[in-house]
Amino acid sequence: MTDIDIRGDFPLLAQSVNGQPLVYLDNAATTQKPRSVLDAMRHYYEFDNANVHRAAHALAARATDAMESARAAVATFIGAPAPEQVIFTRGTTESVNLVASSLAQGLVPGDEILVTAMEHHSNFVPWFEACRRSGAVLQTAGVTATGEIDLRDFTARLSPRTRVVAFAHVSNALGTLNPVEEMLALVRQQAPAAKVLIDGAQAALHVPLDVRALDADFYAFSAHKMFGPTGMGVLYGRRDALEALPPYQFGGEMIEAVSLEAVTYNRLPYRFEAGTPNIAGAIGLGAAVDYLNTIPRDTLVRREASLVSDAMRALADMPGVRLVGTPKQRVGVVSFLVEGGHAHDVGTLLDQQGVAVRTGHHCTMPLMHALGVNGTVRASFSLYNDASDLERLLRAMHKTLTFL
Amino acid sequence: MDHPAPTPVPASLEEIRETFAFFDGWEDKYRYVIDLGKALAELPAAWRTEEFLVRGCQSQVWLVAHTANGRMQLAIDSDAHIVRGLIAIVLAAYQDRPPREILTFDIDALFNELQLLAHLSATRGNGLRAMVTRIVSLAQAATH
Ligand SMILES: Cc1ncc(COP(=O)(O)O)c(C=O)c1O
Repeated sequence: MTDIDIRGDFPLLAQSVNGQPLVYLDNAATTQKPRSVLDAMRHYYEFDNANVHRAAHALAARATDAMESARAAVATFIGAPAPEQVIFTRGTTESVNLVASSLAQGLVPGDEILVTAMEHHSNFVPWFEACRRSGAVLQTAGVTATGEIDLRDFTARLSPRTRVVAFAHVSNALGTLNPVEEMLALVRQQAPAAKVLIDGAQAALHVPLDVRALDADFYAFSAHKMFGPTGMGVLYGRRDALEALPPYQFGGEMIEAVSLEAVTYNRLPYRFEAGTPNIAGAIGLGAAVDYLNTIPRDTLVRREASLVSDAMRALADMPGVRLVGTPKQRVGVVSFLVEGGHAHDVGTLLDQQGVAVRTGHHCTMPLMHALGVNGTVRASFSLYNDASDLERLLRAMHKTLTFL
Repeated sequence: MDHPAPTPVPASLEEIRETFAFFDGWEDKYRYVIDLGKALAELPAAWRTEEFLVRGCQSQVWLVAHTANGRMQLAIDSDAHIVRGLIAIVLAAYQDRPPREILTFDIDALFNELQLLAHLSATRGNGLRAMVTRIVSLAQAATH
């Protein structure tokens, strides 16, 4: 199982940091890119660059084809019924903002939006703002001491006034895999009028997705966390949910006809893609999806899962180390603290040993507050990490503990 | 109390420079920085408030400053050891100095010489750069 080596596909990983071979364990922040993604983007700029959907010339046709094949590849990858249900955005953050600002237009005082205390700021602040603007009430479901959503509290906060429910598929700070099917069923039962958005930023690479079976109204994720480029993301939507949504930004590409008196808007997906899109980004995302289809993803996901549970066990056994979050199901991430040392100290000392982790609140301040910590040290794994990365992390941790 | 007691400087600049000159690896260097941090007096909790917080994303720094007899009096603390050690180095350069000297002192050159310059980068999110910027602007205000 550990024989498969895809590390060689990722040129960046072959470097040294602070005099030691890089061990990259900050994958929840962003993943590295395989050569095929870099090549596809370069190829586009070298040979096919033209603005899409507009001109009669050959380059424009190639650019348009490349972008639309990327959309189709993404649709297949996530199990979307049709490519036009895949809206290209700048990332998860823009996907959430698109839905939040569009839905906010239909909200009135007394309506409710339900989020959870586990959310990344990107899936919290847009809803906070939507409530502030519309007079709707923001409800926040609590988390348990183990770092899981308190489902009883979640259920209790659903009501016929709930218009939107938004939650993460996987927590970026703790790795908690949320029971999204169960949560969706609860929403449909208790708050039938509510639209549901799932933040899949941390799930898209690690959890096999079938958005049609899952049947949330919206599902958002970022290309850069799944081997694709930055500045590129996806909003998947159910057709009825997308069609009911007013446009988000206005300008070129998203219109059908414009006169001095009237504007009619384009069909899906273009209605939500105002302006020249991130064509190279879309092509890069398409190449990332193609790459994921060529590697033995299930096997690599299993290897990653066993690395994560080994990491958890080994770290928990170290004197003075305390895991933050002990959910029953987790994906990709181990968060921890060291007695007598600040997370920042640990991160700095690991960096000196060539091991890249993240420290701080991970853009989840409400979660940190709920767990009573200021921040954590977070090691996050990806499909290219192997046993040698874990060994280096643990060795570096042993040394780090001698400093604190 | 109007001001907290200025934080005593655990080691002079000369001492710090001489000690660093002996180091040939990151381990000695960081052990020493952490020791400096451990030697740094704590700022009383009453001053570790929102009002005096210099925000860094990962660690927090509290800074209370005033001038007395034409010299800058600094009371600084952080919640992270390494940052406290780096604060000790900043204090060795700035504590009890006339504002004019603070304005002419090249703190980047010092951190560069000690091969700690990366820690002064704003992107480190440790609050250190924000703290230095604040001290310098206080020194600027004091010279006008
Ligand atoms: C769970 C979660 N949601 C949202 C985001 C925001 O993603 P992006 O910054 O790519 O828009 C992130 C990224 O850190 C995340 O981990």
